[in-house]
Amino acid sequence: MSVAAITVPTVTHSLSKDEELTEKISVKNLDFFYGDHRALKSISVPLYRGKVTAFIGPSGCGKSTLLRILNRMYDLYPNQRATGHVTLDSANILSSSQDLNLLRAKVGMVFQKPTPFPMTIFENIAFGIRLYERLSKSELEDRVRHALERAALWDEVKDKLGANGLSLSGGQQQRLCIARTVAVRPEVILFDEPCSALDPISTAKIEELIDELKDDYTIAIVTHNMQQAARVSDFTAFMYLGELVEFGETTRIFTTPNDRRTQDYITGRFG
Amino acid sequence: MDASLYAKRRRRNGTTMALAYGATGFGLSWLVLILAVLLWEGFSGLSLSVFTEMTPPPGSAGGLLNPIAGSLVMTVIAVLIGTPLGILAGTYMAEYGRYDKLTVVVRFINDILLSAPSIVVGLFVYEVMVAQMGHFSGWAGAVSLAVIVVPVVVRTTEDMLTLVPDTLREAAASIGLPRSLMIQRVAYRAARAGMITGVLLAVARISGETAPLLFTALNNQFWSLNLNAPVSSLPVVIFQFALSPYKDWQKLAWTGALIITLAVLALSIVARILTAQRKTS
Repeated sequence: MSVAAITVPTVTHSLSKDEELTEKISVKNLDFFYGDHRALKSISVPLYRGKVTAFIGPSGCGKSTLLRILNRMYDLYPNQRATGHVTLDSANILSSSQDLNLLRAKVGMVFQKPTPFPMTIFENIAFGIRLYERLSKSELEDRVRHALERAALWDEVKDKLGANGLSLSGGQQQRLCIARTVAVRPEVILFDEPCSALDPISTAKIEELIDELKDDYTIAIVTHNMQQAARVSDFTAFMYLGELVEFGETTRIFTTPNDRRTQDYITGRFG
Repeated sequence: MDASLYAKRRRRNGTTMALAYGATGFGLSWLVLILAVLLWEGFSGLSLSVFTEMTPPPGSAGGLLNPIAGSLVMTVIAVLIGTPLGILAGTYMAEYGRYDKLTVVVRFINDILLSAPSIVVGLFVYEVMVAQMGHFSGWAGAVSLAVIVVPVVVRTTEDMLTLVPDTLREAAASIGLPRSLMIQRVAYRAARAGMITGVLLAVARISGETAPLLFTALNNQFWSLNLNAPVSSLPVVIFQFALSPYKDWQKLAWTGALIITLAVLALSIVARILTAQRKTS
C-alpha cells in the first residue's frame, strides 16, 4: 500500500498564520513514576490558551497519566510521583506548596465514565459553586441554569432539576458532569476519553460542546478515536510508550507527520 | 462419546444434588421447628398485659414492661455510643488510612473483636466499670453492648465506603472538593444505605445478647430506668425465667423470646429493603 492511498481523517480546524499563541500550561522534562515504573519519559509539551489539544496514542502510552498530572489527580494515590516542571500561568503546579483544591478549581476534569454525584441534578451543579462563592438563591439558580445551558443540557432537564443525577442517560450524565465542571469556572478543562462510554449521537453532542467551550477555556482531550482528535482539536500530541513522539498542529500531524511511528498509528497500522 | 462415562457423570451429579438438597432440608427443618415452637409458645402468652405490667413474682400475673424498656434504653445508648465511633474508625480505614499499615492492623484486630465471645466483653466491662463503681448498672450494660456494636459498624462502614468507586472520589476532587467534604457529602451519600444497614445489623446483633448484660446491667425486678442502678433487659429475663421451675415465668420467657425475634425480623427486613434500594440506584 502506498502512502498516497492512505485515507486521512478530515481535519476541520486550521489556524491562521498570524495568530498569536500563548502557553496556558507548559510541561517541561516531565517524568512520572508508578512506584519504580517510569511511565512518562521527559515529556515537554505546551497547552495553548483557548485551544484544544488532543493526546492520542495506543493504550498504555501514558496519555491519561499525563492528563492526570495537570490537575495533580495522581496525588490521591500513594507511590505515584512526578518530576520536572509543569507550569500554569508560569506558576509551578508540581511544587509541594501548591494548594491542590485551588489548582483543581482552575483545572477541571471530565472523566471517561460519567460520574454524577449521588444527589439531585440541581445539587450536582450547585454543590461546586457553593464551594467557592456565597450567592443568593436566585443568583445560584442563574448560575446552575447557565452551566446547564453551556453543557447543552438545560432543555432536557429544566423540568426535573430535583431528580437524581443518576436517573439521566449516559450521555446526559456526561453533559451534567461537563456542566458541573464549567460551573466552578475553571480556566482549563481536561477531558479523559469523555466519549468512550457514549453512543454516537451523544458523542457528537459532546464534540460540539468542546468546540464551543474552547472560546473560553483551554482544553486538553485524551482520546482513542483519531477521527475525534482530528475533528475537535487544534493541536495534537502523539504519545507512544511513555514518550511524546510528535506534537504539532492537528492539520499537519494528520497530513504530514514527521515521525514514522505517528504515521503508522494514524493510518491504523498499529494501535 | 463414551456412554458409560456420561452415565457415570450423571449419576455423580444426581448423588451430589441429592446430598445438597438433603443438607439444606435438614438444616432448614431445625430452623423451622425452632421458629414454630417459638411462635406457638410465644403467641399463646402474648397479651396486652405483657406490654403494660412489670415482671411478676412467681405465681402471679405480670408482663415484661420493665425488661422491654430496659432493653430499649440500653440498646439506644449502645448504638449512640457505638455508631459514631464505628463510622469514624471505618471512615479512617476506607478513606484517610486506606494505604496505611495501621489500617491492616486495625482491620485484623477488629475482625477478632467481631467474633469475640460476648461473655468476654461482659467480663471486660465488669472489670473496668462494675468493679470500679462497686455496683451493677445500666451504663455498664449499655457500654458492653456498645463494645459489640463498634466492630460491626466499623466493618460495614469500611466495606460500604470501599464499594464507592474511586472515579466518584476523583470527580469530587476534580472540582476542588477537600477530602473531608468529599467524604461527608459524596462518599457517605453514596454509601448511606449500606452504612445504615450495618447499624441495623448491629442492633439486631445486640438485641439478643445475654452474656454481656449478666455481668453489667444484671437485672431488676421493678420498673427502673435509673442507669446508675441495675436495669432489667429482655435476654436476661428470658434466661432467668426460662431456667425457673415456674410455669408462668416460663411462659413469659417464650413471649419475650418471640418479641426479640420479631424485632430482629423487622430490622432485617428494613435492612434488606435498604440494601435493595442501594443496588437499584
